[in-house]
Amino acid sequence: MTTVDLSGRPAHGRVYWVLADCWNVVRRGLTHYQRQPANILWALGFPIVSVLLYGYVFGSAMRVPGGGDYKDFLMPGMFVMSMAFGFINTATLVVHDSTKGVTDRFRSMPMASSAVVAGRGVTDLVLACAELLIMMGTAFAMGWRPDGGWAFLAAFGLLLWLRIALIWVGVWLGFLVPNPEAAGNLFAVAMPLTMISSIFVAPQLMPDWLGFVAAWNPISSTAAATRELFGTPVGGGDGWIEQHALLMAWVWPLILTVVFLPLAVRRFQKLSR
Amino acid sequence: MTDDGYAVRAEGLVKRYGEKRALDGFDLTVREGTVHGLLGPNGAGKTTAVRILATLLRLDGGRATVAGLDVARQAQEVRARIGLTGQYAAVDEVLTGRQNLEMFGRLFHLGGRRARLRAGELLEQFRLTDAADKGVGKYSGGMRRRLDLAASMILTPAVLFLDEPTTGLDPRSRGEVWDSVRDLVAGGTTVLLTTQYLDEADRLASRITVLDQGRAIADDTPDGLKNTVGGDRIEIVVAERADIPRAVKVLARVADGEPETDETELRVHAPVADRVAALTEAARTLQDEGIAAEDIGLRRPSLDDVFLRLTGHRTERTETGKETAA
Repeated sequence: MTTVDLSGRPAHGRVYWVLADCWNVVRRGLTHYQRQPANILWALGFPIVSVLLYGYVFGSAMRVPGGGDYKDFLMPGMFVMSMAFGFINTATLVVHDSTKGVTDRFRSMPMASSAVVAGRGVTDLVLACAELLIMMGTAFAMGWRPDGGWAFLAAFGLLLWLRIALIWVGVWLGFLVPNPEAAGNLFAVAMPLTMISSIFVAPQLMPDWLGFVAAWNPISSTAAATRELFGTPVGGGDGWIEQHALLMAWVWPLILTVVFLPLAVRRFQKLSR
Repeated sequence: MTDDGYAVRAEGLVKRYGEKRALDGFDLTVREGTVHGLLGPNGAGKTTAVRILATLLRLDGGRATVAGLDVARQAQEVRARIGLTGQYAAVDEVLTGRQNLEMFGRLFHLGGRRARLRAGELLEQFRLTDAADKGVGKYSGGMRRRLDLAASMILTPAVLFLDEPTTGLDPRSRGEVWDSVRDLVAGGTTVLLTTQYLDEADRLASRITVLDQGRAIADDTPDGLKNTVGGDRIEIVVAERADIPRAVKVLARVADGEPETDETELRVHAPVADRVAALTEAARTLQDEGIAAEDIGLRRPSLDDVFLRLTGHRTERTETGKETAA
């Protein structure tokens, strides 16, 4: 019946298989996009439309405290928002695989179980890179001109660093919610959590208490830090948190990772209880 | 091959969910190269048992080996020797059939080239070559189930767990899945089958374990189980409800036990020892007394009768809802 010789599978170390399994899971995720071009158009079209919409609709009415171009304030904020919303995508795909039984098939196979989650994370990062590049291209077309030189790459790195931290939040939530519909409802939570920040409006323009919350929102630090690195540090406040944006843009995602990575791993292990 | 000839051996399995015991001292042995049916009412613990044996759940007590390996201590080795198909293991609906099998092949660590060859081979074996490059989302129920089986067969596992493999399939697709299962067993694979169709267990399984409230309450061949409920029965279906009492009297004369009646189906039946003589006598008496019979015949007890007798429940089909993960 079987003519392919199935014995004597290649001998490699544990690390090799973790990486190989991870790559095969990533490959699956990328093939999904290839097979569903409409989905990738939606995924990448949304950021373009957002940049155009917020840029022209809000841009005409907004001012930046201390002067400066609103585009320089808004664009880094938009990039941060797209990274922040990414965790909903992660959660939706995780819960989809769990409810459909794909996760269980993976778990019943002799593959590295860490690759199931790591593969998801890497796939999402690839998409995040594509999103960022497209948004930046659109922003550039609208006249956004960063002039930080090579610091541009550091800003890109900080944006991805935020996305990495939120992967664990997404995985954790994906194992927590009962079905993909519930994961979609996370949008209602994500919306205020991202709006009460410095991504669209400088916290100084908000009521004091709200401005305080917005300034301490972890994504505000990433927004402020990237504005600085893009060479357009407009609309910064003078509180401690705003003065230490670069530092906090590293620290906040680190805290999120320290909290949510173990939670996500625990949730994954709990599948076998 | 295992030393003792058993592909699955479970002793005193316990699984607790809070106060509730999903499994409460469950024992099971499955001979190598056979199809073994696992039957039980909703919530009896079938799903839990299979999930434990397939290394998806940790057990709270007892011991289990699959292909001679301990499911708790050698989980990763067990995984290289089992396949899992059905309710809890699925294929990717976005990918094509071929992409699915190649992906799972690479994740079974076959390497790219062999994964590709093996995928082609399985597609042919499960008659999916024509649909190989279509998205699984466009597959019919039967095709999807066959792909699911194929994905479980990539390493030709020693033990295959089949969970309700034909639920929701039309009769033709069911037949196709059954044929595939028989082929696999002919190739040396041991199958542990859970199903809600008792005739499916009757056709495929050479031995059946009945589970209720987390324990095995019977374990025998299908014929052995049927014999425990009694031998052959004579059965009369009358045309008019009013004739039922008279038909009961006729049967009482020839039978070796109390006749039972089924008012809704206008059925009267009773156990008989002297089968053919009793049938002839009953037929003649019916005619003499002018009772119109729609049908008269001898019937072996079905697994439905066994199931009802053992568990006090009808089969799952007549109950609502599916078994939950507990």
